[in-house]
Amino acid sequence: MLSLATARRRTRAKQGPFWLALLGGVFKPVVVHGLLILASLIMALPFIWMVLSSFKTQPEIFIFPPRLLPRVWRWQNYVEVTRAMPFGWFTFNSIKIAFLVVLGTVLSASLAAYAFARMQFPGRETMFLIWIGCMMIPGQVTLIPQFVLFRSFGWLDTHLPLVVPSFFGNAFGTFLLRQFFMTIPMELEDAAVVDGASNFRIYWTIMMPLAMPAIATLAVFTFMGSWNNLLGPVIYLTTYKKMTLPVGLAFFRGQYGTQWPLLMAGATISVLPIVALYVFAQRYFVQGVVMSGLKG
Amino acid sequence: MAEATFTLRASKGASASRARRSASKQFLQALPFLAPTIFGFFVFVSGPVVAALAFSFTKWDLLTPPKWVGLGNYQQMASMPLFWKTLGNTFYYTVLYLVPGIILPLLAAIFLNQKAKAISIYRSIFFLPVITSTVAVALVWLWLYNPELGIINYLLSLVGIKGPRWLADPRTAMPSIVIMSVWKGLGYTMVIYLAGLQGIPQELYEAAAIDGAGRFRRHIHVTLPLLTPTIFFVLVTTIMGSLQVFEQTYMLTQGGPAYSTTTLSWYIYVQAFQWLHMGFGCALAYVLFFIILVLTLIQFRIQRMWVFYG
Repeated sequence: MLSLATARRRTRAKQGPFWLALLGGVFKPVVVHGLLILASLIMALPFIWMVLSSFKTQPEIFIFPPRLLPRVWRWQNYVEVTRAMPFGWFTFNSIKIAFLVVLGTVLSASLAAYAFARMQFPGRETMFLIWIGCMMIPGQVTLIPQFVLFRSFGWLDTHLPLVVPSFFGNAFGTFLLRQFFMTIPMELEDAAVVDGASNFRIYWTIMMPLAMPAIATLAVFTFMGSWNNLLGPVIYLTTYKKMTLPVGLAFFRGQYGTQWPLLMAGATISVLPIVALYVFAQRYFVQGVVMSGLKG
Repeated sequence: MAEATFTLRASKGASASRARRSASKQFLQALPFLAPTIFGFFVFVSGPVVAALAFSFTKWDLLTPPKWVGLGNYQQMASMPLFWKTLGNTFYYTVLYLVPGIILPLLAAIFLNQKAKAISIYRSIFFLPVITSTVAVALVWLWLYNPELGIINYLLSLVGIKGPRWLADPRTAMPSIVIMSVWKGLGYTMVIYLAGLQGIPQELYEAAAIDGAGRFRRHIHVTLPLLTPTIFFVLVTTIMGSLQVFEQTYMLTQGGPAYSTTTLSWYIYVQAFQWLHMGFGCALAYVLFFIILVLTLIQFRIQRMWVFYG
């Protein structure tokens, strides 16, 4: 405490006259917040523009200088966009695929993570390192052989290539859950071990419930990845009704390239669910990023 | 640290309950847990990695059987001006992205590393582009960049600048893609930095303050050195990600105008999935893989010269 007080006194001594310090005390927060507000406006501007423009009429976008607010709020755009393109199907497909991918990733990653965190077997560390090392392989390398493989299964233009691999392991998820499992005290399982519970029972009835925060993090992160995935749906899906929101939007743009209000309505529809999820599960999104930074 | 202690405890627990189990029996016990991952590792990861290398020595259009051409694809590549342009574009994007993509999030993180209600709102706004799809935000940016109708050129005209043609001009197309990418990725890197900043002990700042260091010098002498492991991680992953840039190109320019934004990933996509040159696509993918591998190794080599593990 003493040291802090001295420090303050010294810095104050350095700052010069009292009135200057007072000015700094008022001025600095104003500058800092001013800068932050400006930066936030720049960051948010594309979203503000997207939502406001989705209510404009087609002629209104040619007005110069551009107006921020629509003259009349044209909710009709949202009806029209769903008539022009099967947005209902896009949304349904995106939800269905994201749900299955989350399920597959959480199940397969947690099983492997349990083995790596709690079981003894030869080669455990090596296997784990190799599996984690797989995160370094760029997706472009496996893309073409995977495509060839799924084509030979007759899976083109189905959702299977987007969903099935997630049931067979996920390196990031394995890493994330293993780290969490290792923080759970062994004592919690000891009683179950004494009672002769199987590994699977310990995994399912003790570890999984305790790991819920980590599972939520993985689930949210995986959901986001699947929801926003473009390349996979672009190369695998060709029928409109089977497309997801990103690829549907991209196609929609190809057909209605200049109908900006409709495009903006479509974009707004596609970001709303993920933004809603973000509002409710913000800390899991952030936790996911932090964990992805830890693996290095 | 935590890992080491854990292994110790686990082996103790194991010695109590599973001491006499042979290695193979242990493995059989773990197998049900590992089976999906092992299957996935061979079928969806290592198998394809090997297959891609094999394909890269063939010409294959999926419709007729593949034809072995040895190093033919790689030789063809080396003689193609477009390939070298693509490679140059990929590095150009990476270099342009690197400085703002690493420094702006750091500044944002230093500013936002406080606990206040308002601060968390700023953080959320900065993070918003991260969670939204590139497709949706690129649609908006396409319009913002529009030379005649776009709001960016309108704002520039207010201060008397005649804005460039952004995505429509080969000279400005790549910088335009970079600007959007920096905007989109800022929140992600910022959160990684914030986690790093929160790991710096507060006492160090107090000690520096006692020594009379001002706010700026405290950041230079305390924050920066202690943050170098985080900066190193950000650098490695940023380079890795930038070399693979695809979605932005797909949405904003489709590689144009005049191939000015044709990056390696985009070129792989075009070769493999638009022209069905599977063999050539795999060869390109291996070039990308090789570049990423070499650059990452170099970075790990030189990290001990500047990364500080306190």
